Amino acid sequence: MTTHLNTAAMNNLSPADFMPLEKERRADAIVRPSLSYWQDAWRRLRANRRALWSLYLIVGLLSFSYLLPLIVSFDATGQDLTQISQAPSTGRSSLIVDTTPWTGRFAKHGDDAADLRKATGLEIVGEPHTESVRLAWQPVEGAIGYNVFRHLLTPSGDTDLGLPLGQTELANQVSFEDRLKLQSVTYFYSIQPFNRSGELGDYATIEVTPRHATSIESAITRGLISLEQKSSAVGQEIELKRHVMGTDYLGRDILARLVYGGQTSLFIGIIAPLLFVFIGVVYGGVAGYMGGRVDEIMMRFADFVIALPFLLFMILFRVAMGIGPGESGVTPMLIALVALGWPTAARLVRGQVLQLREQPFVEAAQLMGANSHYLIWRHMLPNVMGVVLVSLTFSIPTAIFTEAFLSFIGMGVAPPTPSWGAMCNDGVKSFLSHPHELLFPAIFISLTVLAFNLLGDGLRDALDAKMKG
Amino acid sequence: MIIPCLLCALASQAAVTALDYDERRISYALRQEPPDLNTTSSTDAISGMILDHVMEGLLSYDPQGKLIAGVAERWELRDDGATFWLREDARWSDGTPVVAQDFVFAWRKVLEPATASTYGFILFPIRNARAVSEGELPSSALGVKAVDDRTLEVSFHQPCPYFLGLTAFRTLFPIKETFYHARNGRYGADAVDLLYNGPFVMTEWIHGASVAMVKNQHYWAKDRIWLNRIDIPYITEDTNARLNLYRDNKIALADELVAETLDGALQERMQVKTFLDGAMFYLEFNHRDDRISRNKNFRKAVQTIFNTDDLVYKVLGNPGTYPTYTFFPRWMQGVDDFFVREYPPQRPILNEEKARQYLETAKEELGLEQIPPIALLADDRPSTQKAAEYLQTLMQQKLGLEVRIDKQIFKQRLAKTQAGQFDVVITAWAADYNDLLSYGDLFQFANLNNRGRYNSSRYDELVTIAQSSLDVEKRMQSFAEMQQLLFEDVVIVPLYERGKIYVQHPRVKGVIRRAIGGDPNFNYVTIEPEQ
Amino acid sequence: MTQYILKRLLSGVVTIWFIATATFVAMHLVPGDPLSGDKAMSAEVRKNLELRYGLDKPVIHQYGIFLSNMLQGDFGISYTQKNRRVNDIIREHFPVSAILGVLALIIATVGGIVWGALTALYRDRWPDAVIMFFVVVAVSVPSFVFAMLGQLGILTLNKWLGASILPVAGWGSIGHMLVPALVLGLSTMAYLTRLMRSSMLEVTSADYIRTARAKGVSPFRIFYKHQLRNAILPVITVLGPSIAAITTGGFVVELVFAIPGLGRYFVQAVQQLDYTVIMGTTVFYGAFLVLMVLLVDILYGFVDPRIRVGKVSA
Repeated sequence: MTTHLNTAAMNNLSPADFMPLEKERRADAIVRPSLSYWQDAWRRLRANRRALWSLYLIVGLLSFSYLLPLIVSFDATGQDLTQISQAPSTGRSSLIVDTTPWTGRFAKHGDDAADLRKATGLEIVGEPHTESVRLAWQPVEGAIGYNVFRHLLTPSGDTDLGLPLGQTELANQVSFEDRLKLQSVTYFYSIQPFNRSGELGDYATIEVTPRHATSIESAITRGLISLEQKSSAVGQEIELKRHVMGTDYLGRDILARLVYGGQTSLFIGIIAPLLFVFIGVVYGGVAGYMGGRVDEIMMRFADFVIALPFLLFMILFRVAMGIGPGESGVTPMLIALVALGWPTAARLVRGQVLQLREQPFVEAAQLMGANSHYLIWRHMLPNVMGVVLVSLTFSIPTAIFTEAFLSFIGMGVAPPTPSWGAMCNDGVKSFLSHPHELLFPAIFISLTVLAFNLLGDGLRDALDAKMKG
Repeated sequence: MIIPCLLCALASQAAVTALDYDERRISYALRQEPPDLNTTSSTDAISGMILDHVMEGLLSYDPQGKLIAGVAERWELRDDGATFWLREDARWSDGTPVVAQDFVFAWRKVLEPATASTYGFILFPIRNARAVSEGELPSSALGVKAVDDRTLEVSFHQPCPYFLGLTAFRTLFPIKETFYHARNGRYGADAVDLLYNGPFVMTEWIHGASVAMVKNQHYWAKDRIWLNRIDIPYITEDTNARLNLYRDNKIALADELVAETLDGALQERMQVKTFLDGAMFYLEFNHRDDRISRNKNFRKAVQTIFNTDDLVYKVLGNPGTYPTYTFFPRWMQGVDDFFVREYPPQRPILNEEKARQYLETAKEELGLEQIPPIALLADDRPSTQKAAEYLQTLMQQKLGLEVRIDKQIFKQRLAKTQAGQFDVVITAWAADYNDLLSYGDLFQFANLNNRGRYNSSRYDELVTIAQSSLDVEKRMQSFAEMQQLLFEDVVIVPLYERGKIYVQHPRVKGVIRRAIGGDPNFNYVTIEPEQ
Repeated sequence: MTQYILKRLLSGVVTIWFIATATFVAMHLVPGDPLSGDKAMSAEVRKNLELRYGLDKPVIHQYGIFLSNMLQGDFGISYTQKNRRVNDIIREHFPVSAILGVLALIIATVGGIVWGALTALYRDRWPDAVIMFFVVVAVSVPSFVFAMLGQLGILTLNKWLGASILPVAGWGSIGHMLVPALVLGLSTMAYLTRLMRSSMLEVTSADYIRTARAKGVSPFRIFYKHQLRNAILPVITVLGPSIAAITTGGFVVELVFAIPGLGRYFVQAVQQLDYTVIMGTTVFYGAFLVLMVLLVDILYGFVDPRIRVGKVSA
C-alpha cells in the first residue's frame, strides 16, 4: 500500500499536532439508519415501479368495491325494464306512456279468393314508441290470418323478413301490437297473409323508428314521477337514470353490479388464499418443526390432497355442499378453495422450516439456550414470512380465476348475488350484440389478476424469496 | 389407445357443408349425445329426435302433424280396445317383415319391472298394464296380442280416446325379439345394435361427436323420402357455437338460440324461425300444510301482481314465446277449433292495492305479524334464472315480501320439489301425447308428478271424466272447468308458453317442428336447387 | 433407482385409493337423486332402478363394491347414457382430451422456450417488452374469453377469405385442433415464457458462460450449448403440474369448440348427477395425474444428473 505524503503539511508542523486526539466516543456508530428486513424489502419494492403501480391498482380496486359504495349509493338489484341491455350512455329522455293493451282492428274477410293477393294499406296506428308499436292493414280476401315480422334491414325476400313476431290471434283481425323488446332504432315491419291451406301471400313492409318511452307504471315504481302525477304524466318527457357502463339483461346498472360483484370476487379471491395459507403455515410449520414420523405422516396426507384433480374437485365440493335458499354460495366456494388449497402452502412452509432448522444461526440460538417459543417467533416465522407472502400474492389470481370459471359454468355464486365471473357468464350469451356486458367484468377480472401477479413478482424480488417447496 | 381414435376421427371427417342438393344431404348439430336409443326406456328429447327418423310406429305423422298410416295400413278404435292391420311391405332394415309379434314383444318389454321404464305409465290404458308393471302379473297377461303376423289386437281397461296418437310415440315402437336377444343387453348401445324400420338407418354413431343417418332402402314408403342422408357432425350445448357453425355454412339449421344473438342473425339476413315446443312454464305453489303458500290469499296476492306480458316481452324477449293465462297450450285442439279460443281463460286483473289487501288477509288467516322469507326454487337454466330474478324483485317491490332464490341444478331441483322443500317453484311441463289430458291430469292428487300436492276432489273428478269419456264436448267442458279451478284456487300462476328460436337455411324446406314426438324432423325435407 | 420407482409407484397406488375414497364420499354428500327425471316414477320402477345400480345396498357396502370393481378396472354403467359403460366413455373421450392436451402442451412448451429465450436475449429491448406484454395479457385474461375470441377470430378469418380455412368448431382433423389447443395452452405458454426468461438470465451470469466466452467460443455455440440446455431444466420440472392444468382445464375449450372430450362429459355428468361417470372420470383423472407427475420426476432424474433420485430432498 502506498501513502501519499503532503510535503507542504510536513513542513508546517506545530506542537498541537503532536497532542493526543480526543477519544472518539461513538466509534461503532452506524452512519446510515438501520433497516430491518421488512423495511429493506419495502424500500426495494418501492424502487420497483411496476410493483408499486400494481399496488396502487389493488388499492384502487379494493376501494372501488368497498369504499365507493360507502360514499355513493349504488343499486345493484333494481331492474329497469325499459332500459334492458343498454350500451354505456349518458342519460336520455323518455316519453311517459300508458300501456293498456290495444284491442286492435277487425274487418270482414271474403273467403272466395283463388290466389292470395298482397297485403295493402299497412300503416302505423298512433305514435310508435318502445313500449308498443301498433300496426294495421287492409284485409286480404281469402286470408285466415297474418304473419308479422320485424327486421333491422330492408327485407330482401320471403325468407328474409326478420324476426317472426307471431300471428294475428283472432278471426278477422287486421292489426298487431308489437311489444317485444323494442328499442329506439329503425325497424322494418312486414305482414304476410296466409290462407286455410297454409299458402302464403306476398308481404308488405313499413319502416318505423319508435321513440323511447317508459310506461307510467314503471315510472312510478322507479320513482321518476310521484303517484299524484299519475293522471297528468302521460305524454310528458322525463330524464331517465344514467348508466355510465350500461345495463344488463334485466336493466340493472352494470357499474353498480361491478362494484358489488367486486365485493364477492375480491372477497373470495383474497380471503380464501389468506385462510389456506394460514392453515398451510400452521400445518407445514408443525410438520417441519416436529420432523420425523409426524412430519412424514402429515406430509403424506398433504400429498394426497394435492393429488386430487383441482377443478374436478372444486366442482364436486361445490355441488356436494349445496346452497340453500337465499344463500349467496360464497361460503361453499370458500370452503372448497381452502380444502383444496392448503397443502401447497403447507409444503412450501415445511421445506423452508426444514432448511432453517439446519441454519447456523438457529443452531447458535439453540446452543445459547433459546426455547422453542423464542425460536419460532424470532427466527422461523420472520424468515418464512417472505416466502409465504409471495405465495399468498400468487394464490390470489388463481382463486379469482377459479371463482370466475365456476361462475362461468354456472356453478358459482347464486343469483342475485353479483360476481365478476357470474357477470361474464351472463354477458357471454349476448357478446356479439351487447359486448359491454362481457367486456367490463372481464376487464375487471383481468386487471385484478394482473395487479396481483405483478405485485407478486415485485415482492419476490424485494424479499429475495426463493420459491422452493 | 390414441392412434386408433385419431384414425377413426380422421376417417369420419368428410368435408361436410350445410347442405348438398346433388347428394340430397343436410347437416345438423345436436345439443347433446343421444342418451338412450332403446325405445323401451328412452325418455329424452334428443334420443326421440333420432328415433323418429330411424323407427316407425303403427301410426305416424304427416308434414302437417296429422296422424297417418305407418306400419299399420288400417285400424279401428273402439271403447274397449283397438285393432291394427299391418301392411305387408313393412320391413326391418335387414329385409325381414315387421310383424305384429314385434309390437307385442316391445310393449311387454316396456312394462316388465326389470326394464324399469319411466314411460311405462303411457301404456296404462291397456288392460293389465299397471299390474304387469308392478310385477303382480306376468308380462304375457298384458292386453295385447298378435292374432296373426299382420293383425294386432289391443284391449283397454278403460276407453282411451287418444290411443292412436300414442302408437306414433317411441315407447310403442316395435322391436324384433330375436335381434334384441342377439345383442345381449346392448340393444341400442351403438349404430350396429339397432334394427331399423323407419325412413332412415343410422350408419355411424361416434359417441359425443357425430351421428349419420342414411335413407333406408327397405322402408316401405321410401319414395316419399327425398333426402338421402342426414349428417350430424357436431354435438354441442353451446348456442353460440351452433350459431357460429351455421354462419360458417356447416349446418343447415341452428337450434335453440337465445334472444341475445338475434340482432346479429338479422344483420346477416339469416332466416329466423320459431315454434312452440309445448313447454308451459308456471309458478307452482307448495300446497303442503306446513307452508305459507297453502294460504289461498297469499297465492292470490302473487297472482294479482304478476304480469306475464312484462316477463315475456321485456325480460325474456324471445320471439315465439307467448304470454299465457292458462296451463293449456294455445295449439291444442278443442271441439272444433283451438281449445283456448273456445274456452278463453280468465285473466287476473292486476292491482297492487288489492294484492296488498290479499296479503294482509293472508297474514291474519295465518296468524302472522310478518310473512317469513319465501323460498323460490328454480333450476339453473338461464331463462329460469332470469324469471326468478325478475319475480324476486317484483314480489319485493310490490308486496314487500322477502324472496330467497334457491338455485339448484336440475336434478337437485327435482328432488327438492318432490320432497316439498320450497314455497314457490318455477317449473315447466310438456305433453307426452297430443291430448289436453297430458296437461290436465298433472294436478290430480294421485299423480306422482303433482309435486305441489294440490288436493281437490272436484279436480280429481274432472280428470276422471276426461280420462274415460269418449264424448269430445263433455271432455272439453271438463278441461274448461279444470282451467277455471286452476285460476280460482290459484293452484299455479302460468308464466309463459315457451317458443324455441332457430335459424334455417332458406333453401331447406319441409322441416317439421313439433311439440310432441321427436323434434326437429327431417323426414319430409327437400332442398331447393341453387339459383 | 428401481427402488425409488417402486416406492413411488406404491405411494401412487395409495394416492389413487385416497382420491377414489374422497370422490365417493363427496358424491354421496351431494343432495339430490341421480334417478329422478322429468317425470316422477312409481315406487316399483324406482325399486328396480335402485336394484340395477346397486343403490339398494347400505353405503358402506356400495363403497366396497365400488372399490373392488375399480380394482378390476370397471367403473359401472352410466346413469344418463343408459347403455354405455363408464369405461367406454373414458376410452372414447379421454383420447380426444389427451390429443388436445398434448398438442396444447407442445405449443405451450415450444412457445414458452422460444419466447422465453428471445426475451432473455433481447433483455430490456423492444422484443422483450412486446413479448412480456403479451405474457401479461395471457395470464390475466380468463380462458373463456380467449375461447370466445378464438372462435370469433376463425369466423372472421373464414368470412374475410371467403372460404373455410379453419373449422369453427367440431373435431376430426388437425385443423379442428389448432385454435382450441392454442387457447388451452396459452396461459401455460405465458407461464413457461416467464420461467424460461428468468432461468436464462440466471444462467447468463454463470461462471461457465464467462469461461466459455473467455475461451472464445462462438456466441451461437454458447447460447445453444450452454445457456439453452441449462435454462431448460427448470422448465421440465413444471411440466408435470402443467399437464395437470391443461388436461383438466379443457372444460371451457371443449364446450365452446364442441370437442367431444372427457372434460365436457364431466361437467355434464355433474349437472345430471351421473354418479358412476363422475366417480369414474375423477378417479381416472386422478390416477392419470399421479402417473404423469411420477413420469416427469423420473424423467428429471435422467436429464439432470445432479439430482440423486432416491434421496428426495426437502
